[in-house]
Amino acid sequence: MAQNGTIENGLARNASPLPQPVKIPEIKHTKIFINNEWHTSIKGKKFPTINPATGVKICDVEEADKADVDEAVRAARAAGQRGSEWRQMDASSRGRLLHRLADLLERERAVLATLESMDTGKPFLHAFFVDLDGSIKTLRYYAGWTDKIHGKTMPVDENFVCFTKHEPVGVCGAIIPWNFPLLMFMWKIAPALACGNTVVIKPAEQTPLTALHAGALIKEAGFPPGVVNIVPGFGPTAGAAIGSHMNIDKVAFTGSTEVGQLIKAAAAKSNLKRVTLELGGKNPCIVFADSDLQSAVEETQKGAFFNQGQACTAASRVYVEETVYDEFVRLSVERAKNIAIGDPLEPRTSHGPQIDQHQFDKILELVASGKKEGATLECGGCAVEDRGLFIHPTIFSDVKDHMRIAKEEIFGPVQCIMKFKTQEEVIDRANGSQYGLTAAVFTRDIHRAMSVSAALEAGTVWVNCYNALHAQAPFGGYKMSGNGRELGEYALAEYTEVKAITLKLSEQLTL
Amino acid sequence: MAKKCLPLNIPHVSEPLEGIFINNEWHDSVSGKVFSTYNPATGEKICDVQEADKADVDKAVQAARLAFSLGSVWRKMDASERGRLLFKLANLVERDSAYLATLESLDTGKPFLSSFFVDLQGTIKTFRYFAGWADKIHGSTIPTDGEYFTLTRHEPIGVCGQIVPWNFPLVMTAWKLGPALSCGNTVVLKPAEQTPLTCLYIGALIKEAGFPPGVVNILPGYGPTAGAAIASHMGIDKVAFTGSTEVGKLIQEAAGKSNLKRVTLELGGKNPNIIFADADFELAVEQAHQGVFFNSGQCCTAGSRIFVEEPIYEEFVRRSVERAQRRTVGNPFDPTTEQGPQVSAEQQSRVLELIQSGITEGAKLECGGKAPPSKGFFVEPTVFSDVQDHMRIAKEEIFGPVQQIMKFKTIEEVIERANNTEYGLAAAVFTTDLNKAMNVSAALQAGTVWINCYNALSCQCPFGGFKMSGNGRELGEIGLKEYTEVKTITMKMSGKKS
Repeated sequence: MAQNGTIENGLARNASPLPQPVKIPEIKHTKIFINNEWHTSIKGKKFPTINPATGVKICDVEEADKADVDEAVRAARAAGQRGSEWRQMDASSRGRLLHRLADLLERERAVLATLESMDTGKPFLHAFFVDLDGSIKTLRYYAGWTDKIHGKTMPVDENFVCFTKHEPVGVCGAIIPWNFPLLMFMWKIAPALACGNTVVIKPAEQTPLTALHAGALIKEAGFPPGVVNIVPGFGPTAGAAIGSHMNIDKVAFTGSTEVGQLIKAAAAKSNLKRVTLELGGKNPCIVFADSDLQSAVEETQKGAFFNQGQACTAASRVYVEETVYDEFVRLSVERAKNIAIGDPLEPRTSHGPQIDQHQFDKILELVASGKKEGATLECGGCAVEDRGLFIHPTIFSDVKDHMRIAKEEIFGPVQCIMKFKTQEEVIDRANGSQYGLTAAVFTRDIHRAMSVSAALEAGTVWVNCYNALHAQAPFGGYKMSGNGRELGEYALAEYTEVKAITLKLSEQLTL
Repeated sequence: MAKKCLPLNIPHVSEPLEGIFINNEWHDSVSGKVFSTYNPATGEKICDVQEADKADVDKAVQAARLAFSLGSVWRKMDASERGRLLFKLANLVERDSAYLATLESLDTGKPFLSSFFVDLQGTIKTFRYFAGWADKIHGSTIPTDGEYFTLTRHEPIGVCGQIVPWNFPLVMTAWKLGPALSCGNTVVLKPAEQTPLTCLYIGALIKEAGFPPGVVNILPGYGPTAGAAIASHMGIDKVAFTGSTEVGKLIQEAAGKSNLKRVTLELGGKNPNIIFADADFELAVEQAHQGVFFNSGQCCTAGSRIFVEEPIYEEFVRRSVERAQRRTVGNPFDPTTEQGPQVSAEQQSRVLELIQSGITEGAKLECGGKAPPSKGFFVEPTVFSDVQDHMRIAKEEIFGPVQQIMKFKTIEEVIERANNTEYGLAAAVFTTDLNKAMNVSAALQAGTVWINCYNALSCQCPFGGFKMSGNGRELGEIGLKEYTEVKTITMKMSGKKS
């Protein structure tokens, strides 16, 4: 060990130990959260939440249905009306509350990461370092925006004074998925609250626990009652109630394109509530021969297998330039074999189970179609023996664009590798999808990087990286991958309603 | 030394507050010189402080330049992390707010309750506000003509020299450091020689918060030496000055003559307060009173010309005099004190001289006008009525507790008289009529116009002067503009896609 404490052999002096999962003897928060209080469901229903790594039930959770959603909306409406504590608060004070909530997440980081890992099956260290980090940073980012949401004054014709105010939309419904439960929770509430809205949020039925724990922290942070209400339950009941509610002003949904279409239709049929959607993707990576190939292999594979492939950003199509195709496949297979599958709470694990039986079956069905339609199975392609919902990281090569595995969102640990010849060809093939969420380009050439990223029909294009998401940068889909943008300054536009105020001045006093 | 005078229990500070702060360390002055800082309420010396001169400024600039170099910790830091550091600094100021308020009152003479509730809150809020901006400083991508792709970066300017005044030492320090650090600059800051203590304490908190060495450097000293060295330094990229118009002109001249460093100035004011007959009378009297007497009149925003519409003039004068006579002057640490001393003997003399000129030139002295017997530098709350626009008290910035009340007949007349000054910092209108409010506020040549209020300042809103009250704006989003340098990057594209 060097005297001055420098790093020797890659090990920092006094390297801090990795965080550990916490023993949670009892799940404290399992009820419906309305007005900063915990309620049982009006119809007396409960539903179980299961640990997908073990198949064992964690606990029962109160199940919200339409009647509970109605209660939550009433609370949210009251909390957000003119003259309420929330509406009278300085904008900068809303920021203080969001910072306080971020502080509380930091305090409870290990507990929340453990809960998240138990409820989703994702490795604990991923939950701790990715999900919790993103959640805290998103809150702090939006905490800084609250008193910087500017309207404008504008020079209109004739004798008028004209200015705009960017007001809260009102009661915002949010429906979030099971793949990044806490992170998606914060992506929704942070901008909504920053803009002064009140919220009714439904976590996914598979993963309600971290959302409910967050409810307790929201109360502790000091948000007034009714500002955030949490209604765990199912899509066709609680979710549909939100989508078609006559007293919700805006709905934000993250989930499948199929359900997104239902939400948008319901929003229109009911009260034309504003809609933002973050939906599926069939995201293409394009690897050129002039790329750093090793890095491209690593990034694209992390893109395909991260979170067991259960990401809207999953890099499930990799187009590799002909001349480096064989080497790319070889390196990818080699790397895939070293992925550590195991108990999500163990530090060495980087690959956990799929979320539930339904997803598990769907993924294996698509894998079977890949084999049937003639793709070459390079590795994996089956469930892990005697291990419930675990599926081996799977790589197909010689994939053709017409195959189901090349067109449908798999949402599992399946990477499809295709070959291409020219830049024009691969751009067309990459864009040949109803989806358009993310894409990536791997090349060292500046011209190629700029022109290919300009040509791709995707809301986020990564150059020589993958899954590089930041609270400061907007995220969302082209085409059927969604409507609108989350994160960055852009999200504020989705959570404000612009009012223009025009004052006529009496002619005789013009000076 | 400072600790002996403090009435409250203060936290232990391991390093002296009396040094020059460079590279997160406390230095003695290169020359060995020290200067004294005094408690203006008693005239007694508080302590000696190291006096920075040109050689110390050179050292500080070198440190700041190194801290700004490409590849440094500060330059490589995530923008959001800069925000975290500013936020931490705000939390530390909040932690030590009782101590800082005490120190501020000792050094400036302002009432302790004012220090605690106004100055400290303003400081904390300003740091928090700019903490939030750090990772939201956006450039643009731009649809240029031709086969090009263009984007802009809003980069830090570099080493920023900042010279702050003695009237709100801590708040002015936050107004300067907040945006500068949020945008990624490094700083060489000179507090006023009358009031160095709270600024030096901020140095200790900067270090505790975890800012890298050299990012903030604090040099107590005098204008003609340390201040001039900053303004004309070839290694400083931008200077921000708050103080008198007279010195502001010198700074801008020096900046031009040396290296064309960017300049922002917040200078003096002779701010008009226009009271219409249809105003809420009680509100107008009280706001006009606070507007001119707050901080013993030592505000660039002091509402020192009050134009009252003829029908309510007599009553307004009577009520203003009554209010001024009720204003409690005394020991800043007495919770019933509204007004402390002027900051120095020099300022006190100046105020008294201008009061004399008012009397000589024929204004009617309604109350006050003298210094009460005391070792401190006090001036009685003073009201003049029947003030004519040509009088010195109507034209020159007094910076003391002296209220001038004038009469007006018509809107056109009062607007012209209000604008008839080289200054243009703030103004106010008191009326319940919507048209008057909108028209008059549009017509006044002032950077801030208050309607039915006075001194309503908030870090979210831009502040600065028209005409000779300054150049540029501080605070708000627009404040960031003064601390960034825009770089346009244009790349040739093969082929074009809109």
